[in-house]
Amino acid sequence: MSVTVDYNRVTERITEKFGTKVHSPEQPYGMLTIRTDRDSIIPLLQFLRDDDEMQFIFLTDICAVHFPDRAEKFEVVYHIHSFIHNLRVRLKVSLSGEPKIPTAVSVFKSANWMERETYDFYGVIFEGHPNLKRILNVDEMTIFPMRKEYPLEDNTRTDKDDKMFGRINVNREN
Amino acid sequence: METQTAQPKIVPAPPGVEGPGYFATSFDKAIGNAKQYSIWPLPFATSCCGIEFMATMASNYDLARFGAERLSFSPRQADLLMVMGTIAKKMGPVLKQVYEQMAEPRWVIAVGACACSGGIFDTYSVLQGIDQIIPVDVYVPGCPPRPEQIIDGFMRIQDLVHNEPMRRRNSPEYKALLESYGIK
Repeated sequence: MSVTVDYNRVTERITEKFGTKVHSPEQPYGMLTIRTDRDSIIPLLQFLRDDDEMQFIFLTDICAVHFPDRAEKFEVVYHIHSFIHNLRVRLKVSLSGEPKIPTAVSVFKSANWMERETYDFYGVIFEGHPNLKRILNVDEMTIFPMRKEYPLEDNTRTDKDDKMFGRINVNREN
Repeated sequence: METQTAQPKIVPAPPGVEGPGYFATSFDKAIGNAKQYSIWPLPFATSCCGIEFMATMASNYDLARFGAERLSFSPRQADLLMVMGTIAKKMGPVLKQVYEQMAEPRWVIAVGACACSGGIFDTYSVLQGIDQIIPVDVYVPGCPPRPEQIIDGFMRIQDLVHNEPMRRRNSPEYKALLESYGIK
């Protein structure tokens, strides 16, 4: 292993393999972030994991972000870690239309629960997931609570005074 | 002269008719008197109020002085359910099942702001007070309450146990209360 693997090398390797399917590499807060699309994310994860030089063998986290004002309302974020080089990379996929994305369970077994959590809170559908149901919230919940249109507060308690609890938009339709 | 020795404090007898060789009172009063000093609490501690309860049980505050040194960790032998801490909605059915497993007569004390009303956790995942799923006898406010407050709440429970008529649990009002919570 003669070449030092750093963020420049990782960007170079990915671009060499995926070309225009990956774009806008940047390093906010010193961490490499690369954007891709929903068709390339699984091959990209597979490539980063199996590549002998980089070995991003650990999936740290999968989560989502809701941007209600953008055309692409949802963004799914993957964090992967290469132990051998002590490098972390963030992969982002913006989703337009239906929030659907292929599951990463085929690449990382640990993606199972992370994707269930992301589904639970944001309603992102991971296509091909073996057991896509709620994991943290109660099964009876009808909303995806981290989406911005839902209020933080629980409105089942009617005797909580707005003056004391600072509730706003309590009567907003769910 | 008689020497003065410290006498243990004895619970006074309930009002009744006393004469040579007999004492007459009602069952309610005699049994209530005994029950209030032999409550077996079941601690259901989920967060910081549980830590205050540990202090309440330990030697400094010593809940044993009130006849409650025997904690029951099985709901089937417990008289008093002490709910201390935040109850998430997902924990709700568990708490309700514990309550249902307790035999009558049973009492419930909600310790701390979270158990009483959800407290600072005014959010979609937290039950906004345990009285949404089970009936509560005494509320202890505080975030968390001091051991003195928990003891005070416990003494209010003792008052209830002492004064409760033995037939109350068979009354239609009580049955309607349980019915309103969907508890058999």
